[in-house]
Amino acid sequence: MSNDIQSTEDHPAPRRKTYLNILLLLPFIALLWVPFYNDSKPAFLGFPFFYWYQLLWVPLTSLIILIVYKGNK
Amino acid sequence: MPTTLNLTALLVFLGFFALVTIIGFMASRWKSGDLTELHEWGLGGRQFGTLITWFLVGGDFYTAYTVIAVPALVYAVGAYGFFALPYTIIVYPFVFLVMPRLWNACKKGNHITAADFVQGIYGGKWFAAAIAVTGILATMPYIALQLIGMQVVIQSLGVSGEIPLIIAFLILAFYTYASGIRAPAMIAFVKDIMIYIVVIAAVCLIPSKLGGYASVFDAADQFFAVKGGVTGTILQPSQFLAYASLALGSALAAFMYPHTMTAILSSSSEKTIKKNAILLPVYSLLLGLIALMGYMAIAAGIKVSNNSEVVPALFAHIFPAWFVGFAAAAIAISALVPAAIMSIGAANLFTRNLWKPLVNPNITSKQEAQNAKLASLMVKFGALVFIIFFPTKFAIDLQLLGGVWILQTLPAIVFSLYTKRLKLPALFIGWLVGISVGTALAFVQGLKPIYTLSIGGSAFPVYIGLIALVVNLVLTLALSAVLPQKAEQLSGNLGTAN
Repeated sequence: MSNDIQSTEDHPAPRRKTYLNILLLLPFIALLWVPFYNDSKPAFLGFPFFYWYQLLWVPLTSLIILIVYKGNK
Repeated sequence: MPTTLNLTALLVFLGFFALVTIIGFMASRWKSGDLTELHEWGLGGRQFGTLITWFLVGGDFYTAYTVIAVPALVYAVGAYGFFALPYTIIVYPFVFLVMPRLWNACKKGNHITAADFVQGIYGGKWFAAAIAVTGILATMPYIALQLIGMQVVIQSLGVSGEIPLIIAFLILAFYTYASGIRAPAMIAFVKDIMIYIVVIAAVCLIPSKLGGYASVFDAADQFFAVKGGVTGTILQPSQFLAYASLALGSALAAFMYPHTMTAILSSSSEKTIKKNAILLPVYSLLLGLIALMGYMAIAAGIKVSNNSEVVPALFAHIFPAWFVGFAAAAIAISALVPAAIMSIGAANLFTRNLWKPLVNPNITSKQEAQNAKLASLMVKFGALVFIIFFPTKFAIDLQLLGGVWILQTLPAIVFSLYTKRLKLPALFIGWLVGISVGTALAFVQGLKPIYTLSIGGSAFPVYIGLIALVVNLVLTLALSAVLPQKAEQLSGNLGTAN
């Protein structure tokens, strides 16, 4: 897999940085390593850890993808 | 569940339903295009920008079945049912990386379906047909389940029988025929806003009436403890691997389905897709909260004979009649949007990848569009007949199998975007074995999604779709390595971005 993009009329082909893509693995690691978050404590606003941790990864994942998007431009 | 007629709710419901029907028909004039061309009818002319795509994919991916089935599962088995949340989170990095490439390849090659794309690279027509058949078979039970979700909410308003479903289907069929994907795209605006209102109201209001979230979780804890403690508000260690593999397998399959694929291919650019990968997760937040309604139902003392009735029962218990009607309309419309796109996606596959190559290769583009419109009608009709004559369990079982099957198209679709070294026979065999293994394991398990692998004396419960995919991939890669490279694959513009 090369990092070059072919030139087209719409997109000149600068060298795209793709090293940031590794950040995209974080949500996978965070959410698929279940033993890590399978706990009720510490609770937050009445939510057991299991729930607020997973819910938190929604905005975190958006943020990570945003960072990669901006960084890759 | 016989319910007395809730007239206020029903009138509100009908009002919103009528509104959405009108929108569906008006949609044909929106972002005008020649709807006698398949790429206009089936992909909206690839004109949908970031906001429309957000509403469309959101409305398509988060369905009525989501709102009904996820809380029902959480109500029944607790934390295990929550896998839908990590699943709908990890799907987005994948969408961000992979889908823009696929979009680009399809734009360049003028491909309307995933099977078109596969054929564009590997040639032939049989493997593309196999991909198409997989997509169609995976989609049909999914449509059926949307109709079931709709039936559940209509029944909760006190209206029973098949007539409402048939009427809803007819309306859906007509405006989809007339407007193609523009119809669900426009309706998705209304539907998504309604669902957000309903869910935000539910997750703010209901816990406050039940003593706060801590009380809700406590009540759920006690409920599961009383039931014997096999499940609870957190997982048992024996459930960890099943939970993670369900999340991963579902995430990988999610955008292989024709309806999500079609919604993505209707985008106007790669950038649209990337921005949506950032913005769509908001719906997942909603989904996480929707899931918790299962616990809210427990805390509210809701008892139902059929778990699918949990959400309508909870709403009826807590909300005033007019809001119950509004919520019912939101959920019913949440069935129509994906059902429309699913039928369009399936129809595109039928026409492009089954009818044209195998029956009428000389079909003109106008005939293609006409063929797809008819196919879309047949697909919906088939789903309706299915619901009326077969028990719900069938649809659920087929949906499980469909998920396993569609996942087997991932090597051909995704890996082809990154390497030119896969060979058609290898892919075909990998697909076939994956489907066979997945189906066999599912039947062995009585159509449950998890199979326990025994490796070195330890038990590993893994989602069957994932097991089949691994077998599929290993075979595909191994055979590709040993089979000779075909001359056609080395030359020519294959339309893939590298």
